[in-house]
Amino acid sequence: MQSRNARIGLKLFSVYLLLYGGFVGLNTFSPATMEKTPFAGVNLAIWYGMLLIIGAFVLALVYGLVCDPHDAPEDQEGGAEG
Amino acid sequence: MNYETSTLAIVIFFAFVAFTLGLSFYLGGKAKSSAGYFAAHGQIPWFVNGVAFAGDYLSAASFLGICGMIAFSGYDGFLYSIGFLAGWIVALFVIAEPMKRLGKFTFADALDAKFQSKGVKLAAGISTLAVSIFYLIPQMVGAGVLVQPLLGFPHWVGVVIVGSVVIMIVVTAGMVSTTWVQFLKGSLLVIFSTVLVAMLLTRGFEVTEGGNDGYAFKTLTATQAEDRSLAVEGYEVVPPQGEWKDSSFVQLSSSAGMMVFSKEENTEGQITLHEAQTVTITEDGEKLINGKPHSKENDLHPVGRVSKLPGDKKSSGPVGLLSFFSTLQESEVVLWRNQKVKNEDGSSTTVYFQKPTAGSRVLRPGEHPKFEGIRSDKFSDKLNFISLMLALFCGTASLPHILIRYYTVKDGAAARKSTIVGIASIGFFYVLTLYMGLGAMTSGAMDVTNSNMAAPLLAKSMENWLFAVISAIAFTTVLGTVSGLILASAGAVAHDLAGVLLKEKLDDAQLVRVAKITSVVVGAIAIVLGILFEKMNVGFLVGWAFSVAASANLPSLVMLLFWKKTTKQGITAAVMVGMISSLAWILLSGDTFKTVYKIDAVSPVPFDQPGIVTIPLGFITLWVVSLMTQPKEEQLIA
Repeated sequence: MQSRNARIGLKLFSVYLLLYGGFVGLNTFSPATMEKTPFAGVNLAIWYGMLLIIGAFVLALVYGLVCDPHDAPEDQEGGAEG
Repeated sequence: MNYETSTLAIVIFFAFVAFTLGLSFYLGGKAKSSAGYFAAHGQIPWFVNGVAFAGDYLSAASFLGICGMIAFSGYDGFLYSIGFLAGWIVALFVIAEPMKRLGKFTFADALDAKFQSKGVKLAAGISTLAVSIFYLIPQMVGAGVLVQPLLGFPHWVGVVIVGSVVIMIVVTAGMVSTTWVQFLKGSLLVIFSTVLVAMLLTRGFEVTEGGNDGYAFKTLTATQAEDRSLAVEGYEVVPPQGEWKDSSFVQLSSSAGMMVFSKEENTEGQITLHEAQTVTITEDGEKLINGKPHSKENDLHPVGRVSKLPGDKKSSGPVGLLSFFSTLQESEVVLWRNQKVKNEDGSSTTVYFQKPTAGSRVLRPGEHPKFEGIRSDKFSDKLNFISLMLALFCGTASLPHILIRYYTVKDGAAARKSTIVGIASIGFFYVLTLYMGLGAMTSGAMDVTNSNMAAPLLAKSMENWLFAVISAIAFTTVLGTVSGLILASAGAVAHDLAGVLLKEKLDDAQLVRVAKITSVVVGAIAIVLGILFEKMNVGFLVGWAFSVAASANLPSLVMLLFWKKTTKQGITAAVMVGMISSLAWILLSGDTFKTVYKIDAVSPVPFDQPGIVTIPLGFITLWVVSLMTQPKEEQLIA
C-alpha cells in the first residue's frame, strides 16, 4: 500500500510523462509539425517547449498544495523488503 | 579571437572569488562533525536549499553549453533545457521524499537502507565516483574557457585555478559552505541573466555586415566559364590544389593577400562567394590567421549577425517576449560552420565559413549536426534522439550530487518544498537560455572557434561591467557545481567504499579526514581531465554524464521504492551492469571515435546515446537477478 502523497505524485508524473512523450514523439516522427506557427508568429517547437517548462512548475505547485505534510510514514511504503 | 582583459572585469572577478572563499572559511568552523561536513546537520532552510538546488544544477553545461549550442545552431540547444528540467519531475514526484526518509549521508545509504549489504554500498559508491568524475569534466572545461577572455590566461591555467579554489572550499567546510555558495550563485545567476535578457529585448535586432569589431565580411559575385572555372572581378582565382579541389571553397588573391570564400550556387546557376576566416597550423606549429602570422592585430573577427529583417528593415527596435521570436522567424541570420582542409605542404587549415540561414530554420529542431538525425530516414538516427531525451529525463534524479542535497533539510516535507523552489528557479533560467542563446547568435560578439563563450560574450556586447559580472557568476557556477560533485565523491569514498574495504570502522574525525584526502585526489583528476577535453562543447559532455547516471542509478532507486521483491543482489547487479554498459557504449560510440580518439573507424554501436538500451537493461538486470535471489520462505519468517 503506497502513501497518499506517493499516489498523487505518480498521477502527476503520468500527466507530465504524456506531455514529454508527445514532445519527443512529435520531434522524432513529425519534425515538420514543430515548424508550424499556430499563434503570434511563434512556432510550435517554442510553444511546446515553454509549455513543458511552465507545466513542470504548475504541476510541482499543485503537488505542493495537495500533499499531506504528515503523510508517508516509512512502514507504509510499497518498496522492497529486506 | 582577440580577448582584451579589462581591469574592471578582473577586480569584479576576484571580489567574487574572495567573497566565496571568505564565506567558506567562515562557515567552515560550523561543520566539524561528519554530520555537519556531509549533510550540514540537516538544518538548511528549505527555501535556501531549493535555490541551492538551482546553484548545484545550473552548471557550466546549462549556462555556457546550452547558450553556446543555441547561439551556434539555434533551437536544438533548447532541447537540453527542456530535458534537464523535465528530469526534476522524476526527482519531485518519485524520488525526493523517500530519499530523505531512507538515507543519511550518501546515495548508497538510501539504496542500502533496507539491506545493510556491503555489495550494494560498494556498487553505489563506485557508481557515484564514476558519475561525478564524468560530470566534473565539462565543469572544468567550462572553467578554463571562462578564464581565458577574462584574465588573459591560457585554458589550462583556468582549470588549475578552479580546481585549486574548489579543493580549498570543500576541504575547509564541506556541505554548509557549499550550500551557501550555491544559494548565492543560483540567485545571482537567475537575477543577472534576467537583466541580460531585458537589455537584449530593449536592443532588438539590427542588420549588419559583420561583427562588432566593425569588420564587414565581403560578398562577391562570380561568373563561371563552360569548363566550370570561375572568374571574379578585381581578384585572381587561385587554382585549387589537393583537398581544396574537392571542397566548396574558393581561394582568391589580390593586392591585400590571399582570401578564402565559400561558394553558394542558386537554382539559376548564379554564384555568390561569402568571405570565410581561416586558421592554419603549419608543420612547425606556427598559427596563421587568414594566411598571416597570428598576432594581436591579426586575429579572427567576432561573428554573429542578422542579414535580413522582415520588410527589409535595418533595425527592429525594442522587441517583446513573443515578438523576439516572431521577428527572428521572418529574418535571415548568418550561422558559421567549419571544415578542415589538409594542404599539400603538410599544414592543415580550418575554414570557418558563413551559412546564411532562414530564421524559421534556426527556430526549428534538427539544425545542429548532433540533432540532424530527426530529419533522417534512418531509424537508428531517430533512436539516438529518443535515447538522449530519455537520458535527460531520467538522469537528474540519479545524479549523486543532487541526491545528497535531500539530506541537508530536516524532513520529507522540506525536501518536497525545496524541490519545488528548485524547479521554479531552474525552469525560469531555462526559459532565459533560449533568449540568451539567440541573442548571442545575433550579437556580433561570438568567437567562431568556441561555442562555450556565447553567454559571456553576449554580455560583453552590452556592457563591459555586465561581462565582468556574468563571467564571475559563471565562474562561481563552476565552483558551486564542482564543490558539490567533489563532496559527493568524498562522501562515497569515506562512507561507502572505506566502510566496505577497511576492516576497522572509522570514527567521526577519520571519516572527515578520508573525505578531505579524497577531495584533493578527485580535484586533481578533474584538473587533468578538464585540460584534456578542452575543445568539446560542455553541454554535450554533460549528456554523457546523464546517460551513465540514469543507467546505473535510476533502475535501483525506482525498483527499491516500488517493487517488493527487489533484493540486494538485484540492486548490486543493476548498478554495475547499468554503469559498465553505458560507459562501454559511450567509449565505443562513433562520436567518441571522432572527437576523442580522433580516428575515422566504424563504431561497433549503432548510435551514440546509450540510454534507450542501457536504462532498460538496468531494470531487466534487477528484475531477473532479484527473482533468482528471492529469500526462501523460512528466511522470511525468521
